[in-house]
Amino acid sequence: MEVLSPVTTWHRACRVEDVPADGGACVLIDGRQIAIFNFSRTNEWYATDNQCPHRQQMVLSRGMIGSQGEEPKVACPFHKKTFSLQTGQCLTDEHYQISTFPIQIIDGQVYIEV
Amino acid sequence: MPRQIDEAGSGILQRKLSSLGLQIHLSKSTQCLLGTETIEGMQFADGSVLDVDMLIISAGIRPRDELAKVAGLETHPRGGILVNNCLQTSDTSIFAIGECALVHQMIYGLVAPGYEMADVVASQLVGESKEFKPYDLSTKLKLIGVDVASFGNPFAQEPDCQTIAYENKAKGIYKRINVSSDGKTLLGGILVGEAEQYNMLLQTCKNQTVLPPNPEDLILGSRGGEEAGAGVMSLPDDALICSCEAITKAQLCHEISENGHTSVDALKKSTKACTGCGGCTPMVKDLIQAVQKQQGVYVRNIICEHFDYTRQELLDLIRINKLKTYNSVLDHFGKGHGCETCKPLVASVLASLWNENVLEQGRAVIQDSNDRFLANIQKGGSYSVVPRIPGGEITPDKLIVIGQVAKRYNLYTKITGGQRIDLFGAHVGDLPYIWEELIAAGFESGHAYGKALRTVKSCVGSTWCRFGVQDSVSFAIELEERYKGVRAPHKFKSGVSGCIRECAEAQSKDFGIIATEKGWNLYVGGNGGSKPQHAQLLAADVDKETCIRLIDRFLMFYIKTADPLTRTATWLNKLEGGMSYLKAVVVDDVLGIVADLEAEMQQLIQMYQCEWKEVVENPELRKRFTHFVNAPEQKDPTLEFAPLRTQVQAKEWK
Repeated sequence: MEVLSPVTTWHRACRVEDVPADGGACVLIDGRQIAIFNFSRTNEWYATDNQCPHRQQMVLSRGMIGSQGEEPKVACPFHKKTFSLQTGQCLTDEHYQISTFPIQIIDGQVYIEV
Repeated sequence: MPRQIDEAGSGILQRKLSSLGLQIHLSKSTQCLLGTETIEGMQFADGSVLDVDMLIISAGIRPRDELAKVAGLETHPRGGILVNNCLQTSDTSIFAIGECALVHQMIYGLVAPGYEMADVVASQLVGESKEFKPYDLSTKLKLIGVDVASFGNPFAQEPDCQTIAYENKAKGIYKRINVSSDGKTLLGGILVGEAEQYNMLLQTCKNQTVLPPNPEDLILGSRGGEEAGAGVMSLPDDALICSCEAITKAQLCHEISENGHTSVDALKKSTKACTGCGGCTPMVKDLIQAVQKQQGVYVRNIICEHFDYTRQELLDLIRINKLKTYNSVLDHFGKGHGCETCKPLVASVLASLWNENVLEQGRAVIQDSNDRFLANIQKGGSYSVVPRIPGGEITPDKLIVIGQVAKRYNLYTKITGGQRIDLFGAHVGDLPYIWEELIAAGFESGHAYGKALRTVKSCVGSTWCRFGVQDSVSFAIELEERYKGVRAPHKFKSGVSGCIRECAEAQSKDFGIIATEKGWNLYVGGNGGSKPQHAQLLAADVDKETCIRLIDRFLMFYIKTADPLTRTATWLNKLEGGMSYLKAVVVDDVLGIVADLEAEMQQLIQMYQCEWKEVVENPELRKRFTHFVNAPEQKDPTLEFAPLRTQVQAKEWK
């Protein structure tokens, strides 16, 4: 039997300069809110849900980014729940998890696979 | 013993041991042992005889320097081969270590310094430079049930130090501390009969901690009068620290001391404290420190995994190196990418030092969400807007503008506790438009979002009130205009009352002023909030200029020394020496810093700009106020409001 995997496509999300260095921004892709994070010190980019699952608030892109050990993370502005940007796992409360999305930069444009 | 304790201490020890039934013979020179098959007695040089059944010999150290003498090396007249800090003898190609060597005027008869000496010589043999430093011989021991301790330099003498001694022959207690001539640091000391404070004193001595104004408190404890402080440890065991999860002080102390959970994260996991609203986190941090201090552990309140410094240390480093961006601070003194603890802390320090726009030069992304959008985030992700209304005085025309703006953007309006008006429910994208209108009408940012001056509340005072003795509104406006935009470790509030009836509730403020017939009384360190506390009198009947100078100094001293997110009341409670020390610093200038404090405050005041005006006029800053960067005109569709009486409220979250 063939296993059906959900169909994903790469979307052009925004320009590199739309996302502040060492910060985040929110984009709307097919009605879905995605948070994009720009670690300019190491030139690493991450994309996750914009919604914090704790209180269903669309704010993660406004959170402060940083690292815990080697793990890149974002802290929700509401109650400081922090999430790994690599796995989406909540680092301060194991009950919560967010989705992460593949991201790449081509010619100054940010692309996300959703 | 003479190496550890002085004569007075020996006297107390001797008396204590005698009371246990021991006979002590001092300065006896044994001439011969008596007995044939077994020992029966000892005969001393003074002719006296002592009957004994058993003899235990404990020998001291006598440096074996015979070889050195034969070899022509320099030795001390009282024994010991003279060596320098590199442990070289008078012939630099010969080293001497162990108890034959005399270094720093000492023969070290212990094995640990011996190993250290071997290490120093070995390092030199392989070409490294390492010196032998005076070795810490601090010890605490129980001598037949009697506590005896000595630390640092127990024998320091005047004029190199000031000695404070306490002797209680009835209880067999002797304590001595040697304080540096300037009274600031602890050099060493001796404890006999009671050595509870040993760990604390040793840490104070080793870490060169600045002493409280009355260092005798260290060995005597606080003796009535003003308590040294009213920190978190003064709370009863059943005090509720985390009210979200109903965790008491006793539970937390148990987790910290018995289960070794000495970080906020560990306590979050084991008790769930701090996981709700987070309001208890500062108190939980205080508890961790206080419990560890009780256990004799010296705790440095470092910022986070990215900065191995305290806030005060980092503030000094940033100031001296004139750093102005987070990345430069991270490059110089930190590691990793930073986090939600160190970023707002550095942001606050940068603002407190230079007072440049908080959103420029990459500083926007290190601000807490409220500072990043210069507004207060509310349920649902909308923001509230608070224009400054200095002293609570507002014209009818300005009231009308607030009403018009609120209607245009469908904002819920409410009078705040600080005598101004809060407008709730603004979309992030509307904020620059709202402010454009407010600024055009003459309003400025109210910094309700910042760890900064909030309001200076006032009663109407002598201009209208039949009881008023001074013009409290004018003074409140002057103070609010003076300190607006000044950022600190936490928010701070003020109030000015026109008479003793205190209608402005000035004594519940970080600094509060009450008019008198002769001038103004200045109170500091008050707090409302979860642990209300009255402000304390700093100066009485002073004129306005003096009052302002004292506030400048008080605020700047607080800004430079407080732990992160610490209100003035908590800071004052934790300050060694409390209010009397604060007075000594900001009124009597015992540290000689008030001129600097005043100049630094003046600098902050001169740099003030309304940050909302700068955003409204700067397209680069303005474009960050959007929800979707790829659809700037679109608002967050999930943001919903519900009706509330005749206005709106945020939709309840799940």
